[in-house]
Amino acid sequence: MRRFAELYAELDASTATSAKVEAMATYFAQVPAADAAWAVHVLTGRKLKRLIRSGELRTLAARASGYPEWLVEESYSHVGDLAETIDLLLDAPLEARDELSLSTWIEQRLAPLPSLDEAGRAVRLLAWWSELPHAQRFVLNKLMTGSLRVGVSQRLVVQALARVAGLDTALVAHRLTGDWTPTPAAFRALLDPAGQLAVDVDQPYPFFLASPLEHAVETLGERADWLAEWKWDGIRAQLLKRDGAARLWSRGEERLDGRFPEIEAAAAALPDGVAIDGEILAWRDGAPLPFTALQKRIGRLKPGAKSLADAPVVLLAYDLVEDAGIDIRTSSLQERRARLAQHLATLPAGADAAIQLSPALDGDDWQALARLREASRERGVEGLMLKRLASPYQVGRKRGDWWKWKVEPYTLDAVLIYAQAGHGRRANLFTDYTFAVWDGDALVPVAKAYSGLTDEEIGRLDRWIRAHTLERFGPVRSVEPHHVFELAFEAINASSRHKSGVAVRFPRILRWRTDLSIRDADSLDQLKTLAGG
Amino acid sequence: MTRPSDLVALTPEGLYCPAGDFHIDPWRPTSTAIITHAHGDHARTGSQHYWGTKVGAPLLGERLPGMTLDTLDYGEVRRFGEARVSLHPAGHILGSAQVRIEVDGRVCVVSGDYKRDPDPTCAPFEVVPCDVFVTEATFALPVYRWPPMEAVVADVIAWWDACAARGVPAVLFCYALGKAQRLLAELARATDRTVHLHGAMLALVERYRELGVAMLPTVPVSDSARGRDFAGELILAPPSAAGSTWMRRFNNASTGFASGWMRIRGNRRRRGYDRGFVVSDHADWPSLIETIRATGAQRVLPTHGNTDALVPYLRELGLDAEPLRTDFGSED
Ligand SMILES: [Zn+2]
Ligand SMILES: [Zn+2]
Repeated sequence: MRRFAELYAELDASTATSAKVEAMATYFAQVPAADAAWAVHVLTGRKLKRLIRSGELRTLAARASGYPEWLVEESYSHVGDLAETIDLLLDAPLEARDELSLSTWIEQRLAPLPSLDEAGRAVRLLAWWSELPHAQRFVLNKLMTGSLRVGVSQRLVVQALARVAGLDTALVAHRLTGDWTPTPAAFRALLDPAGQLAVDVDQPYPFFLASPLEHAVETLGERADWLAEWKWDGIRAQLLKRDGAARLWSRGEERLDGRFPEIEAAAAALPDGVAIDGEILAWRDGAPLPFTALQKRIGRLKPGAKSLADAPVVLLAYDLVEDAGIDIRTSSLQERRARLAQHLATLPAGADAAIQLSPALDGDDWQALARLREASRERGVEGLMLKRLASPYQVGRKRGDWWKWKVEPYTLDAVLIYAQAGHGRRANLFTDYTFAVWDGDALVPVAKAYSGLTDEEIGRLDRWIRAHTLERFGPVRSVEPHHVFELAFEAINASSRHKSGVAVRFPRILRWRTDLSIRDADSLDQLKTLAGG
Repeated sequence: MTRPSDLVALTPEGLYCPAGDFHIDPWRPTSTAIITHAHGDHARTGSQHYWGTKVGAPLLGERLPGMTLDTLDYGEVRRFGEARVSLHPAGHILGSAQVRIEVDGRVCVVSGDYKRDPDPTCAPFEVVPCDVFVTEATFALPVYRWPPMEAVVADVIAWWDACAARGVPAVLFCYALGKAQRLLAELARATDRTVHLHGAMLALVERYRELGVAMLPTVPVSDSARGRDFAGELILAPPSAAGSTWMRRFNNASTGFASGWMRIRGNRRRRGYDRGFVVSDHADWPSLIETIRATGAQRVLPTHGNTDALVPYLRELGLDAEPLRTDFGSED
């Protein structure tokens, strides 16, 4: 654990990705495979099983520190990270005495925690906290509270592993996709120089992600070299059909099996050994339903007849990455789409409603496409996707071949009414804001946003919030209605779950409108007009 | 709200003593201003007549050029109207003071900014018994506990050495008054290498040297020829220089910030420094509690920072505590 805590500190201290990759590569090369496997597991954001409730941890922190629980809470809301708060509240020995390995800590000390009673957990935690120096204790707490969040993405971990093994990053990325079990054997398999893909039948391919188009569309060259599609606002997913069974994976690499029975049933008619990349949408009469309809489906593990009827789903297929059991990602998009279309054409009636080809848009030239894009909103899409027909299916966000060309967002002027301290990087500053618009004489909350201000503005607003708090509800403060902000958002839907009756998607702060008074803010009626009702 | 028995009250100009008709560290111009120390949130321009410590006078001179200043030695008593007033070391920066006010046998002490950790650049904090204690509260949460200075010095030296080994400059940001000089004095125990200084620090470091504080040798960055390679050098600069064009001369520099705020990882990450060194010129939580108890004050008025947790905590300890809303900053 000492060695892993050092790695954590190195990753935390450096802002340069090259230094992070370097530090991880050194670590992976030095430590036993059992430790490296767990390090890969937690650094790629995979969690440990829940070991202890956060409430129990706080009570123990109060006991260990001798401070009342409310003061532990106050400290936590200031720091924004429970693992760190506990570490900061307690004294620690300066010298390291801990020589247990990371895998021993996780497998032999942490894993049994849930099976103990509270008293048993207390004895262990209080002992560990008093024995471990700061760096290790902090990492221990991090492991117990869930996520490590040390500014390392799966992509960087893959780069480090690829460097250690002298392998291509795409190969390592693929080996690490899906359910990956942190065992020494699995770690050695990641680095296996044989270059063979021992693909598990359940394993999806790493997704190829598009980048936002930031320059004029004409700079892409000939229109004829590109496939244009709608940019659908659903869940990106991969549908695998192998060994006679269907598996559905989300982009977040979560199994979606059981949630969308329409798609799985349709997959039965697909040939074996195919992997389709597409987007799941709630769909009726040839058009998407609002994202909120899909949201209701995501949470349902075994949807009943009513929810199947209320929000039927479709997989709009973009791409084919495996065909006849062979990885075809290096062939051209044109070739892959042709094969995809062939497979979909053979689907029987019924199945062809649940899995459809995401249509290619006509538009002879860029201008025609630009006009289509203008109509995105009426169609319930976010804009266009532009994909180079000659492009292979790459791994992760690689610029150049796939672009998302989104419509400009909606904007609204809204009043700041609640604030809450942020987490992580913005702990102990009020950075999470709730905004309201006018409904008659009342301000009703319509959006939460926490990005878009500069650090200087955040600091200024934080001081203002502290001085103008009206009421405190736990970590949330209500503030005097005074400041107006221009917010951008991607879509707006009618919503019965929100007090305002509308839900805005992906709101973010465009600018602080110090030139406006709260009377200039928008009204709920204006918003509802945008929502089309 | 303050009471008459507190001996001090808030006016739009700042903290005011009615019995002595003077303000302490006013943020707007007044007739008589007693200044605890030369930091910008305490020493503001525009008042007619200033009082401060004798040892701190040269620093106040840097901050308030051309003002009328009278000085007191630490412990020297002077009458202001009905009030007997004296200044006592606060251990914050060179010349920093607490203000002791006595009226009819009742004593109020205004701490100004203070710390209890040893500091080779200034006189140590003196516990002044009192009935009413106006205490700062910049770091008033129990997560703020300062590591021993020797450990921090060792960290800074190790970072400097690592930068030298990598062939990059080490730029350490810190406040120009107090923190910079304290670091230069503490580092002198571990090394005798020369440190490069940002222009905003030159005069203040000079004043400290004139006042007899031993520090590492320093040279102004501006003395170096254009295009000079600062690989392996330590450079001190105020936080305002971070991200400025001034930084361009330090190729691939590793950056650090020396401040009590660096105790929290989120602060470190938000500001984007490579390294955070926990060094503060304010009292940490254990020092605040210990000091408040040591004064024997039954009435405590926390101000200057985060009073949200300190006030209820002091009440749980049985003290009569109330927050005082002032206009002081949170620099460290
Ligand atoms: Zn100060
Ligand atoms: Zn101050």
